[in-house]
Amino acid sequence: MNRYPVWKFVLMALAVLIGLLYTVPNLYGSAPAVQVSAASLTTKVGTDTAAQVEQLLAAAAIKPDYVTFEGTTVHARFATTDTQIHARDVINAGLNGGADKDAPPYSVALNMVPRAPHWMASLHALPMYLGLDLRGGVHFLLQVDLKAALDKKIEALVTDTRTTLREKQLRAAVARDGNSVTMTFHDAATAAQAVNVLTDAFQFVQWTSVADGADVHVTGALKPAELIKAQDQAIKQNMTTLGNRVAGLGTSEPVIQQQGADRIVVELPGIQDTAKARELIGRTATLSIRMVDQTAAASADNPADDVFPNSPDIARRNGPTTIVKKEVIASGDDLADAQPNFDSQSNAAVVKLQMNAKGARSMREVSSQNIGKLMSIVLFEKNKGQVISVATIQSELGENFQISGGFTAEEANELSLLLRSGALAAPMEFIEETAIGPSLGADNIAKGLHSVAWGFVAILVFMCAYYLLFGVISTLSLGVNLLMLVAVLSLIQTTLTLPGIAAIALTLGMAIDANVLVNERIREELRAGSAPQTAIAAGYERAWATILDSNITTLIAGLSLLLFGSGAIRGFAIVHCLGILTSMFSAVFFSRGLVNLWYGRQKKLKSILIGQVWKGGAQPGNVPQPDDLEEDAATPAAGKNPRIAR
Amino acid sequence: MEFFRIRRDIPFMRHALVFNIISLLTFLAAVFFLVTRGLNFSIEFTGGTAVEATYVQTADLERLRGVVGGLGYGDVQVQNYGTSHDVIIRVPTKAGIDQKAVPGHVFEALCKAEAGAVGTKTETTAKGESITRPSCDAGATEPVVLKRSELVGPSVGDELMRNGAYAMISVVIGIMLYLAFRFEWKFSIAAIVANLHDVVIILGFFAFFQWEFSLSVLAGVLAVLGYSVNESVVIFDRIRETFRRFRKLTTMQVIDHAITSTISRTIITHFCTQMMVLSMLIFGGPTLHYFAMALTIGICFGIYSSVFVAAAIAMWLGVKREDLVHTGAKAAIDPNDPNAGAVV
Repeated sequence: MNRYPVWKFVLMALAVLIGLLYTVPNLYGSAPAVQVSAASLTTKVGTDTAAQVEQLLAAAAIKPDYVTFEGTTVHARFATTDTQIHARDVINAGLNGGADKDAPPYSVALNMVPRAPHWMASLHALPMYLGLDLRGGVHFLLQVDLKAALDKKIEALVTDTRTTLREKQLRAAVARDGNSVTMTFHDAATAAQAVNVLTDAFQFVQWTSVADGADVHVTGALKPAELIKAQDQAIKQNMTTLGNRVAGLGTSEPVIQQQGADRIVVELPGIQDTAKARELIGRTATLSIRMVDQTAAASADNPADDVFPNSPDIARRNGPTTIVKKEVIASGDDLADAQPNFDSQSNAAVVKLQMNAKGARSMREVSSQNIGKLMSIVLFEKNKGQVISVATIQSELGENFQISGGFTAEEANELSLLLRSGALAAPMEFIEETAIGPSLGADNIAKGLHSVAWGFVAILVFMCAYYLLFGVISTLSLGVNLLMLVAVLSLIQTTLTLPGIAAIALTLGMAIDANVLVNERIREELRAGSAPQTAIAAGYERAWATILDSNITTLIAGLSLLLFGSGAIRGFAIVHCLGILTSMFSAVFFSRGLVNLWYGRQKKLKSILIGQVWKGGAQPGNVPQPDDLEEDAATPAAGKNPRIAR
Repeated sequence: MEFFRIRRDIPFMRHALVFNIISLLTFLAAVFFLVTRGLNFSIEFTGGTAVEATYVQTADLERLRGVVGGLGYGDVQVQNYGTSHDVIIRVPTKAGIDQKAVPGHVFEALCKAEAGAVGTKTETTAKGESITRPSCDAGATEPVVLKRSELVGPSVGDELMRNGAYAMISVVIGIMLYLAFRFEWKFSIAAIVANLHDVVIILGFFAFFQWEFSLSVLAGVLAVLGYSVNESVVIFDRIRETFRRFRKLTTMQVIDHAITSTISRTIITHFCTQMMVLSMLIFGGPTLHYFAMALTIGICFGIYSSVFVAAAIAMWLGVKREDLVHTGAKAAIDPNDPNAGAVV
């Protein structure tokens, strides 16, 4: 009765193997590396950069373990820290050599990458990501002011409504009322026409009209779905902007995540200076739209006040140097949106820009006087300007206009990203910040690991002494539980924090309960006089329901924490919930397998090693009375009729 | 080895009243301390700033209090954290003070007191990661090192408090529903009363000793709530089984038998879990200290409340065999009954 079909043993072996595969990368630790990322919005890091880094290293006779490009960064891994520092200098000189020292195009930083072999990474067997409390760094929680983002959107809608109505020559006074646009028409026909026009133009707005005597009031409010979309977009844009800003810091694996509806978490490992980091992520790249100075007096030899070298992209299309006028026509704040698009007539890739009312007014004014002249968009970053677009003004420009210029779709996309990147969709406020020193992080790892290790050893010693062979099996299955838990956590790439390690320890401490339940039950069956094989089968089967019940109550607590927790609590809850699931597998299925393997084939099993069994167990009733002991006839005897099929 | 050799059922329920009075008194004492002293919430809940620094020499707390007190931040707490070389300085939020500047100012004051100057250091760790950190340079040495700074805005705290309450409520409701479905409403009430009484007692300890109540302690409290309900579940399972197997016993005898036959498992399991928690208490350092403390109290009172309180309440509520063994003998062998076989 205590036999497993072959497939169950195969499953056990597979669980251990997969567990090992995904746990092992955590044991390799990290290796020194050099990380190359873009330090300026106009720098692009790609496979070309990786090739360039390889060449530079080859020229300096440095042999890296590998050079890879992933996401937005290039990593080169080295065997020792000495080679790493040497390589950093070589790469830095090679990439940033000719550039301005204060604003290098690339950030070349010392870093750590997992030491695990490359083939493991290709199987997605990666080490867990260590939380800041384990590796040091700064953590920020930013509150996004979504109301401001919504305000911006509604302001734009009011302006757009006004323009649309004017174009169709429908006269009405358009005003803003809270989160909606209101207007009054003096006759029903115009109102109906206006509603039709507006519905066509703005499908994301719900237009309603109410008659008031001869007048008709029309109100437009954003549809609920659009409201959510607007907020979502604001958060996403802020995250993109933050991503651009931290990309240049050269920290390994910066984390930018949304938390809840209106918060953004930024985590920067390797930086301990909150004031500096706050300044860096709070820095804004500002945009300005200016006219190009085309007068003879302004040439590269005799520069006017502002001279900007071109970015490589623009240089291809225009001259080597563009000289722009000092006066700013519009700034980045006036730019409501920039999106890549296709021209409806020529089908060429263009960038569509949308200005706010103030920007539109000055654009109209300046452009009407300068048709045929060149206009430029300049990006200021770290007090250094770069012309990112120069275009000829073809006609009078207003709120909406487009820049075309033989872009490819990709270039149009890039330019619109650049135009948007400087701006935040909504203002943000720092509501939480933590800085953790590197020594504290290392300390915390050691403390967490010691807690788990010594606790595990203590349980191991006790279980083996108390339950003998069954204790050994219990600890083996507890070990498998740990293995599988770490493997699952690595597989889903959770961030491991100190509360997470505490949760691993606590989960193991609680998971042993299932083994104790089983072992105690087997002893009890033996005490009642069952044969060893029957006792094993009955012990496991009868304990199962209790194990299930008790794990579900623990799981309810874990899920509640997951639902309402944030930050540290969430890390704790994830580990706790997963640990409960893996413990059910290891304590019931896996340990039974081991018992079956050991005892299952022995037909005439006389005794099992489960520690001493004292025959004379507690009898029901405070005073033993034979009459009371009459068992319910309907209750099957232990071991017969196993009712829980597994 | 076998620790528990019990020949007869221990008459736990005979003394149920005494235990319940003890419980009630402890509970009332806990409530009393919670009301009069309140919990010492960490800055995660209250908002504020914490700066953790480590000294080369033993830190002179009295002197540091003077130094930090001079900054005019109001009610500033200066305490040792872990060892005598480590200090933690907690600054509450105060109107008119730019919170963001607080960690910098505090560290600057600490550094000046050691005759050092604040600077920024960029160094490469042994593992080859380059880091920049604020440093305090006094000649060639660094008398004080900034280990951690944490700043929490007041709005975050309110939300945590609210979410903590929601989490607690959803745990309670979830467990009650599950137990009511799996057993019976009387057990569901008994289990939740017994285990909430544990939670209140844990909180009472935190209020009495003014231990810092942080987010991880809250996580520990909720985890322990789920864990001690296990305890009650195991005993209830056994009560149901005993009702089925022995028809002539009184409810009191059934409960006594159920508790007696599960007592060895109860104690061994808790002992194992406690060993793990003890390991955290010893090796986990100050961050895990109160977390482990909450678990320790939770585990100890978990045994007590499951054995003496939960079953007793179920008894006062008047559990009968009919509550659990629905249609008599037939139900006991019904293979479709999900409750069948729920034993141990």
